[in-house]
Amino acid sequence: MRAHLVSLSVLSALALLLTGCGSQPPAPEQDAAGVESRTPGAVRVDTSPVTRVQPEAFDPASIAALKDPRSPLSKRSVYFEYDSYVVKDEFQALLTAHGKFLSANPKMKMLIQGNADERGSREYNLALGQKRADAVRKALALLGAKEEQIEAVSLGEEKPACSESTEECWAKNRRGDMLYTGEF
Amino acid sequence: MKFHRLVLACAAGLALISFAARAQLTVEITGAGANRLPVAIADFTGERMVSQALTSVIRADLERSGLFRLVDAGGALADSATPPFEDLKTRGADAVVGGSVATSADGRYETRVRLSDVPKQAVLGNPAYLHTGAQLRATAHRIADFIYEKLTGEPGVFSTRIAYVVKSTGRFELKIADADGSNDQAALASREPIISPAWSPDGGKLAYVSFEAKKPVVYVHDLASGRRHVAANFKGSNSAPAWSPDGKQLAVVLTKDGSSQLYIVNADGSGVTRIATSSGIDTEPRWSPDGQFIYFTSDRGGSPQIYRIASSGGNAERVTFEGSYNVTPRPSPDGKSLAFIARNGGRFQLALMDLATKQTQMLTDSAKDESPSFAPNGRMILYATEIGGRGVLAAVSSDGRVKQKLSVQAADVREPAWGPLVR
Repeated sequence: MRAHLVSLSVLSALALLLTGCGSQPPAPEQDAAGVESRTPGAVRVDTSPVTRVQPEAFDPASIAALKDPRSPLSKRSVYFEYDSYVVKDEFQALLTAHGKFLSANPKMKMLIQGNADERGSREYNLALGQKRADAVRKALALLGAKEEQIEAVSLGEEKPACSESTEECWAKNRRGDMLYTGEF
Repeated sequence: MKFHRLVLACAAGLALISFAARAQLTVEITGAGANRLPVAIADFTGERMVSQALTSVIRADLERSGLFRLVDAGGALADSATPPFEDLKTRGADAVVGGSVATSADGRYETRVRLSDVPKQAVLGNPAYLHTGAQLRATAHRIADFIYEKLTGEPGVFSTRIAYVVKSTGRFELKIADADGSNDQAALASREPIISPAWSPDGGKLAYVSFEAKKPVVYVHDLASGRRHVAANFKGSNSAPAWSPDGKQLAVVLTKDGSSQLYIVNADGSGVTRIATSSGIDTEPRWSPDGQFIYFTSDRGGSPQIYRIASSGGNAERVTFEGSYNVTPRPSPDGKSLAFIARNGGRFQLALMDLATKQTQMLTDSAKDESPSFAPNGRMILYATEIGGRGVLAAVSSDGRVKQKLSVQAADVREPAWGPLVR
């Protein structure tokens, strides 16, 4: 039921983006982080309405590319090491794609949600999540995104993508997620 | 009555009040003090005409405190009757409480109580209370507070309230309950997390952090009216509210100028000023009870440690030195000690530091302790921990002897905050 609602709201956000309507839809009761929570790094999308209106050629700077699984822009998560706030090399290409996209689409806004694993104080973890969101924000700003386009916030340990107390699970929660207008 | 108005005010707004899910906190005593005072609470005459026994609530309160051992009084005892002192002495009671319940002219009840010292055969006090049937539990807590204060010299906290967050599937509720876990009411229900509730010094408001806007925002929620306002919603994250002792200001953590830093705002959300500067994280501010200092967590020295800064500004002074992770500072109501969470060999445990000698005592042997909160008389510390993978609340006396567990069936309880004394 809940998964249904989430995919519906993803679809409606997508439909709005595709019809070129840049305005934010009336805040749906969606689980923003949940969009990313099933398979880290991949946005789940019902492909049928996408293929119907998709342009012939794949344009890396187009808004449709945000949801196109072939585009790096469809990947939205950056993972961090324990107690670390440095963007790893393997995510540089991903951040370059998003930085260029924001630069080419100055009306698009992005919310970066930083996350932390569950160990320790909730408020301190909120601050750690903020450091991760900030690392992503600074990288995007260097790549041409404007300050007013991006907001870095933290969800701390409050919205875990994975809820077991294992290192594998904690690694999935040390994460920054990039959400575009209409997705938050 | 208060909460009815709460419902009406909130149903219209974003905040939802709910009487659903009567999942009450149950309190279990898991450790008691070494020298418990033997006290006999006799049944009150006329008590049976009220639906719910007064004396059972009084006895439960006193027993839960861990400071008293209940002795059978051997029968009902009116406040006007002379207690059977010789018999009570044989039973081992040091103090005895008798009482009577009668209907008053206006249809309410009048409960009269007499507390006596058994060895001295002397009256220690004889208060009277006018109350409705609905105020029976509240009256019992008031009587328990009276007995507690007379026998220990410290104010009782049985009439106080606690706030906490209950997480069930896809739902977060900010709850308020009596200190014994009864009468729980939801002040806010949300699909997004709620953390860091903090009571205003007058007990009328709660400040907290809600994620309903997909980011942390600080709200101030008036409990009587159910109305709330945004106290801090700047670009970035807004969190960790702490009330100034006069209730006029909030210390908050904002990221509007970069990393998590300390600011003060007026409780209405106006007039933000920065109070400390570091290149790293500063968070979890808490005022000292005299308003002179603000204690906080900072990683400015390389690892999270507790510091304090004069609330008028100046240089930060480091408070904790042992270990590599000391967070969540909570000064005691008398300002003499500091409760905090220390990482101890990978386990997060509740610690208490004597601020004069800097001596630190670990109060728990659990592994995931969080969010300590002093009872307003400083005697107990309420905190969140985990038992069997589930969030529960626990309380421990500041000498580490008395222990309680407060849990809700089939839900996670976290983020406790003990409210102020009711006067």
